[in-house]
Amino acid sequence: MPRNLVVIGNGMAGARTVEEILARGGDFAITMFGDEPYGNYNRIMLSNVLAGVEDESGIFLNDLSWYADHGITLHTGTRIERIDRFAQRVYAADGTEAGYDKLIIATGSRAFVPPIAGIHRPGRGYHQGVFAFRTLDDTRAMIRYAREHERAVVIGGGLLGLEAARGLQNHLSHVTLVHSAGHLMNAQLNEVAGGMLKQSVESRLGIEVVVNGRTTEILGKQAVTGVKLDDGRVIPCDVVVVAAGIRANAEMAAASGLVVERGIVVDDQMRAQDEDDIYAVGECAQHRGETYGLVAPLWDQAKVLADHLTGANPLAEYQGSQVATKLKVAGVDVASMGLKEPERDDDESLTFTEPGKGVYKNVIIRDGRLVGATLIGDVSKVAFLMQAFDRGLALPEERAGLMFDLGGPTGEAKVEDMPDDEQVCNCNGVSKGAICATVKSGCRTVSGVMDRTRAGKGCGTCKPIVQRIVEWAAGGDVEEDPAASYYVPGIAMPKPELMNAIRQHGLRSVSSVFATLGGEEDARSKMGLASLLKMMWGGDYVDERDARFINDRVHANIQRDGTFSVVPQMRGGVTTPAQLRRIAEVAERHDVPMVKLTGGQRIDLLGVPKEKLPQIWADLDMPSGWAYGKSFRTVKTCVGSDFCRFGVGDSTALGIAIEERFQGIEGPGKMKLAVTGCPRNCAEAYVKDLGVVAIDGGKWEIYVGGAAGAHVRKGDLLATVDSAAEVIVLTGRFLQYYRENANWLERTYAFVPRVGIGRVREIVVDDKDGVAAALDAAMDASVAAYRDPWKDRDEPATPGQFRTSLPLTVLPQVPVRA
Amino acid sequence: MRPIGSIHEIPPGEGRTYAVDGRMIAVFRLRDGSVRATQAVCPHRGGPLADGQIDLRQVICPLHLNAWDLTTGCSLSGQPDLTVYPVRIDDNEILLGDE
Repeated sequence: MPRNLVVIGNGMAGARTVEEILARGGDFAITMFGDEPYGNYNRIMLSNVLAGVEDESGIFLNDLSWYADHGITLHTGTRIERIDRFAQRVYAADGTEAGYDKLIIATGSRAFVPPIAGIHRPGRGYHQGVFAFRTLDDTRAMIRYAREHERAVVIGGGLLGLEAARGLQNHLSHVTLVHSAGHLMNAQLNEVAGGMLKQSVESRLGIEVVVNGRTTEILGKQAVTGVKLDDGRVIPCDVVVVAAGIRANAEMAAASGLVVERGIVVDDQMRAQDEDDIYAVGECAQHRGETYGLVAPLWDQAKVLADHLTGANPLAEYQGSQVATKLKVAGVDVASMGLKEPERDDDESLTFTEPGKGVYKNVIIRDGRLVGATLIGDVSKVAFLMQAFDRGLALPEERAGLMFDLGGPTGEAKVEDMPDDEQVCNCNGVSKGAICATVKSGCRTVSGVMDRTRAGKGCGTCKPIVQRIVEWAAGGDVEEDPAASYYVPGIAMPKPELMNAIRQHGLRSVSSVFATLGGEEDARSKMGLASLLKMMWGGDYVDERDARFINDRVHANIQRDGTFSVVPQMRGGVTTPAQLRRIAEVAERHDVPMVKLTGGQRIDLLGVPKEKLPQIWADLDMPSGWAYGKSFRTVKTCVGSDFCRFGVGDSTALGIAIEERFQGIEGPGKMKLAVTGCPRNCAEAYVKDLGVVAIDGGKWEIYVGGAAGAHVRKGDLLATVDSAAEVIVLTGRFLQYYRENANWLERTYAFVPRVGIGRVREIVVDDKDGVAAALDAAMDASVAAYRDPWKDRDEPATPGQFRTSLPLTVLPQVPVRA
Repeated sequence: MRPIGSIHEIPPGEGRTYAVDGRMIAVFRLRDGSVRATQAVCPHRGGPLADGQIDLRQVICPLHLNAWDLTTGCSLSGQPDLTVYPVRIDDNEILLGDE
């Protein structure tokens, strides 16, 4: 028999707790009592309903069918009046009663209405025109009434009061906000910040704000005609909205014998004091002396209670919540966390104000940790600050970085603001929710989550966001991934250490590396090791073909249907009529589905079945263009000084010379180059792994670390030299340095900034480390050992090297273009 | 179990596809000398699994680098599982059983 769980309160806390219990497979017969006649709705959104930006239907979290679907007995419009703690039963005003094994009280709070003369009409509730702002019914009534009236006064300048004032503006022409404290949102903001908010609210929204104004009387006989303040001022109005704070709904609990102070007193399992089977969550609960009026602590409490009740985690404890909020208050962005003012003499407080734009930023630092922050008008740094605040992270030396983005990427998505269904990895279609679910299932390393979800495994641009989502979802509980520093995942060594070990043991094949250093063979490590060993040993490398990726086994790039693309070498993008004729003939003879120009100034024959590759190479009789490898790819050029009237250097000839020398050189990532004949940059040399730019006076600039793929980066100027010969020497030396020192799949755009262009220049140009000669010699050896892989065609390297892997599928499946 | 080819058709650590009764079956020769057989077509987007890289445990599809356990066919990257087939070597002959 499932135990009976009764929940008093069908608001956000009650329903969320039940959801959490269901998510943990809790075996309960659940009965819920709701005071309001609806399913569960998002109370926070009421201000949007008031403002007319949200429809009523949009704020419901669980409609009535949800309760039915989950076998929950829901009594709406039923107020529980008494708990019999001894008989374990609850009794409603309408005579309904229910027995419980476990009881959750989630009665929330109500509007606090200060004792103001004339606010009530004897026997009729509020005076005509006076409204509290708490429930959907309050909101509906307020909208209906406000539409037919003109001037409103909102009592209370906290969060809710500001929202009410903003919302009311949609329904009537004049709104005054009366606040008894000296500045707005005094619970969250200091005086300066509150003043800044007042200024924004007045000047931008046209809401009149009165601070230090205690309302003493509501005027008007039949209906409201104005309010009177303690200084004698009278503000004429016909609508009054009271938003002066909230009070826990704990009277019923107190009357039933529970311990109640400002709320129902609970322990770290959310259990009511001195009770075994009664719990309280949400705004009605008081934990360690605190009551919370925001939603985040409520979510935390619901989780702990669900963990505890279902036994999912019997040790779950609620430790209280650090209150950090980010809100749009009456159209103004406001974020606040922790202290609003320094408390100790040695607290550091940094403030930036720009009154013209309504921007205020303040951070408070104690012992190098963030203990408080307030942002108004510009909350772009809030995600970072909240993280630093929640986790007590060490702060950057450059304190201004706490308030501004200093040179870094701007407009970073705020992880916590992203909806769950937002696609994070656009290559593999992975949503934020999927990443969070993987973290929740227990995977707490960034690489582990990437492996499981494939997020960040496409172009890789989303990796930083994936990392931040994992960190956020794990709530500071991220495990360091030791493998992050490994060259390949299967061998526990960074690249320099790995290279030493390979040299020391004389390991010349991938299988011997596993046997000696790794233990277990690892498919994901083979390709990186093959590349490294080939670079290190050149002709002495023992080539095990299974260590190669399919592209490198058959010297072509695999396409979506398992066919391949064939890109012959076309040095510097220069071709001839005879070459074009031959390519055309081959394409026709073999029914090549598509012939396309590549971005690297070559011609791509797409959709070629594997078994046809050797014949096509033979018919083309051109060298491989290496458009498939982690290798030197191509040199893009412009027509340079021979033809172009602006050209100042013969970029075409230099591009051809570079490609001829470094063709097919393998590396940790692909290497795309360009040479352009003048700074107009038609060959896009500024955004290449290595780009050469002719400048006037017979000089050449060499840029490295550029990119224009998923990641766009202008290269850093490595050197300016006087001759093409010097360009070739430095190109070889830089590429060799990259080959030896970059991590597997680390492109130059990441490698160069990681090492620093200054350091790269010291080594490659100035030879500070005295390794230039060795780099040059290593590159010479690689160049000398080069052999065109397309010559591999007469004698297959392995049995069935070009055998189809989809023998019953008619290929190509890609569209055939006439 | 019936013979479908010679083990010498498969280089160590690689896979080759065989057409058997209208089905395409990828047979992998592991570096420890044993063999595994799975469906040849990747359930994700139809990639040729025999063109993938393997180790003693898994095969990785060449198209999107999804991984499966070679023995059980279970996905290691959130994709549908693979059908696996009993397979062994007898006198250099690859013998395949039914799923």
